[in-house]
Amino acid sequence: MPPAPEMTDAIIRVRDISVQFGATKVLDGLDLDVKRGEILGFVGPSGAGKSVLTRTIIGLVPKVKGRIEVFGIDLDAASRAARRGVERRWGILFQQGALFSSLTVRQNIQFPVREYLNLSQRLMDEITVAKLGMVGLSPEVADRFPSELSGGMIKRVALARALALDPELVFLDEPTSGLDPIGAGDFDELVRTLQRTLGLTVFMVTHDLDSLYTACDRIAVLGNGKIIAAGSMADMLASQHPWLRAYFHGKRARAVMG
Amino acid sequence: MNGDPTLQHIARGNGLALCAAGSWTARFAPLLEEMVADAEKLTGSRPNISIDVSQVSKLDTFGAWLIERLRRSLTQGGVETPIAGLSANYSSLVDEVRRVKAAPEQDTHRRSLTGMLEQLGRSVVTYAGTVLGLVDMLGGVLAAAGRVALRPTGFRLTSTVHHLEQVCFRAVPIVALITFLIGCIISQQGIFHFRQFGADIFVVDMLGVLVLREIGVLLVAIMVAGRSGSAYTAELGSMKMREEIDALRTMGFDPIEVLVLPRMLALIIALPILAFIGDMMALWGGGLVAWLYGGIDPEAFLLRLRDAISIDHFTVGLIKAPVMAAVIGIVACVEGLKVEGSAESLGQHTTSSVVQGIFFVIVMDGVFAIFFASIGM
Repeated sequence: MPPAPEMTDAIIRVRDISVQFGATKVLDGLDLDVKRGEILGFVGPSGAGKSVLTRTIIGLVPKVKGRIEVFGIDLDAASRAARRGVERRWGILFQQGALFSSLTVRQNIQFPVREYLNLSQRLMDEITVAKLGMVGLSPEVADRFPSELSGGMIKRVALARALALDPELVFLDEPTSGLDPIGAGDFDELVRTLQRTLGLTVFMVTHDLDSLYTACDRIAVLGNGKIIAAGSMADMLASQHPWLRAYFHGKRARAVMG
Repeated sequence: MNGDPTLQHIARGNGLALCAAGSWTARFAPLLEEMVADAEKLTGSRPNISIDVSQVSKLDTFGAWLIERLRRSLTQGGVETPIAGLSANYSSLVDEVRRVKAAPEQDTHRRSLTGMLEQLGRSVVTYAGTVLGLVDMLGGVLAAAGRVALRPTGFRLTSTVHHLEQVCFRAVPIVALITFLIGCIISQQGIFHFRQFGADIFVVDMLGVLVLREIGVLLVAIMVAGRSGSAYTAELGSMKMREEIDALRTMGFDPIEVLVLPRMLALIIALPILAFIGDMMALWGGGLVAWLYGGIDPEAFLLRLRDAISIDHFTVGLIKAPVMAAVIGIVACVEGLKVEGSAESLGQHTTSSVVQGIFFVIVMDGVFAIFFASIGM
């Protein structure tokens, strides 16, 4: 793959994108960069379009205008093969897990592997156990169906599936929602560990202040269809924007900061 | 750049170093697995074997695991095989895969005589359970109907009307079309074959009796089982999957009263109406063909029809309709409430709802035929 002319350390480069549902503008000329190797926390009020942006980047929601580059490849101009190449290099954790309900945990994790690589069954089984171990699950869950798992386990299995092909980039859509605080804390720790171990870049949509404090390197805030602020936690705390003040200096935030 | 991966065997003193190089990643996994399998044969052949990974340019979980697998097989001799030259970037990844326990054996199904007998026994129990489930649901629906009769404010009129629109009003065009066509076909076939004996006019007798007693209601019931029975199962099944039915129960509502009873009632009202429409359309279609193809003009057709059929034929057909509706409704609701977590389970139960619904409709029709024959209707 020849390096694209604009190849920088930005792994995702979003320029001037707008998304509209009927007459409602959800995203309006939004710009965003995600740098290689960082964990970007993405916050904003409910209904601001955080999930919409994620789904736009991964190509599930059509955009009105703008340009999205992932790994330096313009996704609109990319050929089918190039797009498949990009898709093989990213992993996505959906909000509800989106595990295939008629497949076991083992089959769920092996599904992308089977599609993209030609491996022996033995190696796939061993890799499945390794991935389950990485997300903190024991090999015994491999033969269970998603309906037999708890909420936290579903998220972990979904993360294991997202990591199945050793992606360079992972999208996490509210990974800690619906988990108890201890489980959520473990999950943040897990994301950090995996990021260090596998050299991942993580794009994390979250509402969880704890996650922002403990896991994220950089935070971007969405409001009115644009990024209203992006920077470190210190930048967020120093900001005078009313929503940011309410969010990071509110009662819950003070409780988190202690 | 990242070259193809290699694993060279280099003698060092009296020992052997396995030098890995290139990119040990998922892309090359089949090749890597082969090389590792070759190297594993060296287990115990030399006193000290070490693995050198200093030349590895790129490593991911797949590569790291294969190196770990090699290390484990070589270690089986007893002496720990060292891994040398691990760069700081990859050491945490290698540590991570080192913690992996060996893959558990997958269950294999027994295929023996006892296994077959076990299967047979299980399916008998399953069938018994299915019948029991139907009886249970019938009881539940009757009890709910009783409660609602005592306390009419609990009756869900809006829901019933909504379902009535879905299963009755919206089904009229397709039911009318299909029964019309079947009427045409029966009439055409009758005339074609009766003509050989010069008995054309008897086609009216055949059409009247067949349509009113059997075909009209049976055809409509089968269509309703396919159209509305499947919809009921899918609706209740997806509500069950999303825990909506549990939510209802915890709020103090009886799911049978709230969900099943309105659907059942709508179906019981709808099927006789649809069967009546079906009867009329089939007679019309048959009459039309008799006129255009058989040359029996409408006046002669109607006169003959009045002589050939009695009101009994018509009643026999329509009496069956509500009973068939109840059977379809109960089967559909039982199957819907049996759905478990997966999309596959929803599909299975929807299929079995339609199959069982049609099966029971035909069985009921047979039972009715015997019953009416013995009371002389």
